[in-house]
Amino acid sequence: MSAPMNYLDGNAAAGELSRIFAMDITSAEGQCANCGAKRRFAEAHLYVQCPGLVARCALCEHVLLRLVNTHQRLYLDLHGMTYLTLGIEQQEVSS
Amino acid sequence: MTWRGATVVGLHDETATARTLALAVHDWPGHVAGQHVDVRLTAPDGYSAVRSYSIASAPSSDGRIEITVERLANGEVSPYLTKELMVGDDLELRGPIGGWFVWRRDQTEPIQLMAGGSGIVPLMAMIRSRASAGSSAPFRLLYSVREPGAVFYRDELRALSDQNHSAIVTYAYTRVTPKDSPRPPGRIDAELIATGTWSPNLGPTSYVCGPTSFVENATDLLIAAGHGRENIRTERFGATGERK
Amino acid sequence: MAIISRGFAGRRSTADAKLPPGQYLTTDFPVLSAGPTPHISLDRWEFTIDDGSKVLKRWDWKSFRELPTESITVDLHCVTRWSKLGTSWEGVSLDALLSDVKTDLPYAMFRSYGDYTTNLPLKDVMNKQAWIAFKYDGADLESEHGGPARLLVPHLYLWKSAKWVKGMTLTPHDKPGFWENLGYHIYGDPWQEQRYSEE
Repeated sequence: MSAPMNYLDGNAAAGELSRIFAMDITSAEGQCANCGAKRRFAEAHLYVQCPGLVARCALCEHVLLRLVNTHQRLYLDLHGMTYLTLGIEQQEVSS
Repeated sequence: MTWRGATVVGLHDETATARTLALAVHDWPGHVAGQHVDVRLTAPDGYSAVRSYSIASAPSSDGRIEITVERLANGEVSPYLTKELMVGDDLELRGPIGGWFVWRRDQTEPIQLMAGGSGIVPLMAMIRSRASAGSSAPFRLLYSVREPGAVFYRDELRALSDQNHSAIVTYAYTRVTPKDSPRPPGRIDAELIATGTWSPNLGPTSYVCGPTSFVENATDLLIAAGHGRENIRTERFGATGERK
Repeated sequence: MAIISRGFAGRRSTADAKLPPGQYLTTDFPVLSAGPTPHISLDRWEFTIDDGSKVLKRWDWKSFRELPTESITVDLHCVTRWSKLGTSWEGVSLDALLSDVKTDLPYAMFRSYGDYTTNLPLKDVMNKQAWIAFKYDGADLESEHGGPARLLVPHLYLWKSAKWVKGMTLTPHDKPGFWENLGYHIYGDPWQEQRYSEE
């Protein structure tokens, strides 16, 4: 593939998102509100070289999540996911 | 997850451009192999930069971790961490981060590790975690690098190959091979997957880490060889290898 | 209170060029993107101006490149704090594109290939303040920097200079675009440091 792949993945968003989510977001499974694909958030295509953080569906590239930090506030847009789901046992991170 | 202070307690060069930093971390809660930390550097005028680095060391209870940083020519943070930082210096980090791209010591299935360049770092933590836990889970590592001089943890990986039959290391050199290499330089391909990785029949869990293009190529090859997507876990670094 | 790292300065330059507040000078040209780089073939490319219900003007690449062009040198200020001075572009001014568009709609939403949008008052893209640029530094604009053509509005933060632009919709109200609807300033004047909507 000749196109440079300018994305990371959901793992790279976990530090930022840990400020809002008490659970580990990378293990969470989310459904894309556009194409219906159900994937681990770790597999989302993550764009961080921009004025915020944008996670996109690995299949259809629809925006799943956006995050912006201003001086005073954090903005989170989740409307690109129908849901996020996580198994209870996966919330324990240290072992 | 708050920012914690960390002090540099050791420095070790892995290659001409990569250095391992040993850090004593304030109130470190411990980690699982595969997790990473975010490192924050702040200049005296308040300017700050944050970068993510995978933890290279096995889980331990001594409050210390190691990270291996590759110096990028145009990097803002990696030149500082690999050339300026000295033992005794302080920095801040946040973590441990990530619960999906991890290997836990109670996993017993065969494990296939696929590393592209600096993607070896979190996979090395898994190899070290397995060793310190005395696990007999069968491990294989396929490690793709440009040339022999770019291999991280070379001596340790050689000792692993020599002494431990259930942890097998296969190298794929993409630009320059060692003299005795059976394979010409090139990216990993279907043939190397067929000969150098666990068969999908064994039900392995695969961990693929490196630049995005490496991860996409390696993942496609594993799926083409019959591995289920749900058994492949991935972590992408930037195209240049720096996670940001 | 953050821990200060001895000897860390970051990438900033200490040049004393006059920069908007909070900016630092860069000599490279960072590539920022909120999504995959679209690849648009020139035989599919078009730029349209509509008013929300009907198309007022449309150009394909051939007719667009027949319009008069200008060479300009401008400074770029990105809200992520880097500034790049003296950049050279060639493009078609929005004045030329809007020359026989009659409208009393005061705002515009610019739309890009992909899903990016950004809003601007119409008066801010007229009177030699904005271009659809297709050459940078003497060469065809690379796709990672917005090619085949991008909007260029140098008096505002660079997020307003939409890459891969494909059209503008004239609107009665100033509706926030992609970043404006998630905390970024609706207007974005770097000299007044209008980064965020809370300013």
